[in-house]
Amino acid sequence: MGTPLATRPRESAPRRHRHRRDVRPASQKNWIGGAFGWIWLLIVIVPIYWIVITSFKSQSNYYATNPLVPPTEPTLANYVMVIESDFLLYFVNSIIVTLGAVVPAVIVSFMAAFAIIRGGRGRFLRSVNSLFLMGLAIPLQATIIPVYLIIIRLNLYDSLLGMILPSIAFAIPLSVLVLSNFIRDIPKELFESMRLDGATEWGTMWRLAFPLTRPAVVTVAIYNGLTIWNGFLLPLILTQTPDKRTLPLALAAFQGQYSVNVPAVLASVLLTTLPILVMYMVGRRQLLSGLTAGFGK
Amino acid sequence: MTSATAPGKKGRGGSLGWLALPALAFFVAFAVVPLVGVLLLSFTTWDGLGEIELSGLDSWTAVLSNPGLMHSLWVTFLVMVLSWAFQTPLSILLGVFLAGRQRYRAVLAVVYFIPLLLSSAAIAITYKALLDPNFGLGAGLKIPLLVQDWLGEPSLAVGVVVFVVSWQFIPFHSLLYQGGVRQIPRSIYEAAELDGAGRVRMFWSITMPQLKYTIITSSTLMVVGSLTFFDLIYVMTAGGPGDATRVLALDMYKRGFQANLMGPASVIAVILVLVGLFLALLLRRIGGGNNSDSQLEGA
Repeated sequence: MGTPLATRPRESAPRRHRHRRDVRPASQKNWIGGAFGWIWLLIVIVPIYWIVITSFKSQSNYYATNPLVPPTEPTLANYVMVIESDFLLYFVNSIIVTLGAVVPAVIVSFMAAFAIIRGGRGRFLRSVNSLFLMGLAIPLQATIIPVYLIIIRLNLYDSLLGMILPSIAFAIPLSVLVLSNFIRDIPKELFESMRLDGATEWGTMWRLAFPLTRPAVVTVAIYNGLTIWNGFLLPLILTQTPDKRTLPLALAAFQGQYSVNVPAVLASVLLTTLPILVMYMVGRRQLLSGLTAGFGK
Repeated sequence: MTSATAPGKKGRGGSLGWLALPALAFFVAFAVVPLVGVLLLSFTTWDGLGEIELSGLDSWTAVLSNPGLMHSLWVTFLVMVLSWAFQTPLSILLGVFLAGRQRYRAVLAVVYFIPLLLSSAAIAITYKALLDPNFGLGAGLKIPLLVQDWLGEPSLAVGVVVFVVSWQFIPFHSLLYQGGVRQIPRSIYEAAELDGAGRVRMFWSITMPQLKYTIITSSTLMVVGSLTFFDLIYVMTAGGPGDATRVLALDMYKRGFQANLMGPASVIAVILVLVGLFLALLLRRIGGGNNSDSQLEGA
């Protein structure tokens, strides 16, 4: 019913493909859309191209040459400089925080979604569900001051765990919504036959519902992973020492320090984005449906 | 789930409640408690380190009597409206374009979506460097029109924020519109075509009305999302020049974590929540109090 829309047409696309294409006659081309499509391509690609080529220029070369012409003598010096500025440590921090938050967030959200769909007529689960739905409408950023206070009181200030815990909480509302929409689509007969076979609800959850909703689980994991990997506010507020920084915060600090060295700054941008770009190349479909996972609202 | 409830089933359903407890615990501890907490903190004085002391309505009167609040509300509203007005038509245009099945459009789409993957911090840093009047792209190309003090002039800076926000989020919204357009049944277009309707006519009388719910969803995400443009503005302009881009979220951060006035910062946070809820309800009302279910049923 409320399945995220963007994932649906994607699944059924190949079948309708041929039928659709020949409906639109060539005489009725979408000129405005087409022209704008190419203009937008330029708008997107020029800054990215500029980041890539500039990151291989030396600082003196950068000022001397046309910014849109690739370097004549490409150098890796900027990348060396970035890596020597502890970016490997920040990279590891980002991985720990992202995995440390995404894995528990997806598991607890899946369990909650399963409970809401399978036992959602009970008053308790109904109110839990509406609580999570309410969480979607509220800008959770507004809660950072008490979050800061709680993290201090838990003695977790300036620790990776201190960033992980609120990240899990912030990920839950949307994850529960998307996952419960998918669990709802599982045919009732399957649950019934599991029950007749004597399976417990716990067993049904992991052996039936989980495998059947795996694409949705992956989608939700990717969406949350990207949000947390790119997150800035929680690390900014909950950490103090440089060695607890995650990548986005480290980027901002690096820029503040070396703002005049444009090639080095752009190398840091490219280097921290690289893991996501590689993922994009590998799992584009999954990533895009992940990005629109929240659309089921 | 639609059929009548068997009594035994209901009992079993109730026993499933514990499965929701871990998620509930996290959410209550780090979202519900803070939400209540921020309201409580707005009636206190706290510097972020020392004791928290009750101070009644002091923070509220301090914030409400300060012209800074009206300014931040205005800037937030301006960024919200301008970025909505800029993104919506372009996203629809791109979404309709991308809904076509031609192969090259799929290739273009791959490139369009790259900005979605970047962190706001990375985007802000890139544009800060790119727009630098001395070292940026415009200066390097020696195109006078591009050599402006983009982030140093108040009105230009607001425009840059709107543009960069659009650069980041138009791909997302065009993806929504692409999905929306592909849900429209072909048969409607075929019927219109038999009646001799042209491309433009079909766009306005079929595509746009059929996209109604996508427009509402996308607008809700844009409008409510615009309240949380923090990272981008913080890194790119830090609210400046002066206070030109000091939106509510930034105002909250600066009062709380830079001026160490957590009371007034909590007041701003409460206002932020209220504005967010008000906008969500307003857009829901405009949309006829509906959600995506009806769109799917109509498709």
